[in-house]
Amino acid sequence: MVEALTIVLAAGVARGWRSALAGLGAAALALAVAVAALGPALTVIPIDALRLVVGALLLVFGLQWLRKAILRASGYRSLHDEDAIFTRELAEARGAARIEHAGLDWYGFTLAFKGVLLEGLEVVFIVLTFGSAQGSISLAAAGAAGAVVLVAAVGIAVRAPLARVPENTLKFAVGVMLTTFGIFWAAEGAGAHWPGSDASIAGVLGFVVLASFILVRLLRRERRTQLRTAELRA
Amino acid sequence: MSRLAAFGRFWWDFVIGDDWLVAVLVAAAIGATAAFAHSGVTAWWLLPLAVLLVLWLSLRRAIRSA
Repeated sequence: MVEALTIVLAAGVARGWRSALAGLGAAALALAVAVAALGPALTVIPIDALRLVVGALLLVFGLQWLRKAILRASGYRSLHDEDAIFTRELAEARGAARIEHAGLDWYGFTLAFKGVLLEGLEVVFIVLTFGSAQGSISLAAAGAAGAVVLVAAVGIAVRAPLARVPENTLKFAVGVMLTTFGIFWAAEGAGAHWPGSDASIAGVLGFVVLASFILVRLLRRERRTQLRTAELRA
Repeated sequence: MSRLAAFGRFWWDFVIGDDWLVAVLVAAAIGATAAFAHSGVTAWWLLPLAVLLVLWLSLRRAIRSA
């Protein structure tokens, strides 16, 4: 969501706020339609089959996030720099030709629309999977809507990319949560029974957190050794 | 056709991401969990251990290719 805000801000500053906000609104509408259309369809699927599919998807998706967050935290990947992304998007937006459709600058509209739609699809995916597996898509959607409003409010207040948001920490946390629920639901959907039923989620969470921190420490140490060896050779 | 390919590529990137091995190993681990569970063997421990192994292998692959 922070990335989507950065793109909308770049589109708004470079190409005008009317087109950027129209793109933002159109993408938000498309995402709401996706939730409204897919949500009821998911509720008719048997719960075990749903948990198996949702768990597997969450697990694969969560491991992607966790992998990237661990690589960033251990220094193998550079941290997300919203200022750099904003500057790059701004330069590209300022350099593009102006084509008007229906009184809107088409580049600004498309930039904001695509940015919000692509980033928002991740949110829709999480809302649908968490909501359907727990039997309350509307509650999950309300939580996501609250987060969108919060990010938008901060963006409007500061009128700048959210460079100070600890994005890697947030992504680490999201990766841990997605992986935890992915493990829990995929195992349940596959027919396994957790000791202590739902209470074991806390145990799975602790296991994922601990494993992630150990991996970060191991990779950090390895990275430091690599850099020291490279320095000595130079 | 190119639009169809782009659509397929988008979903591949969205779900599978940078490392296809993660999806393959996760699917295999879920399959093994189902096989254990349906033959009456306690199976809840398998997926957490598999996830740890998958994460470690995927991180090693990412570091090697960096």
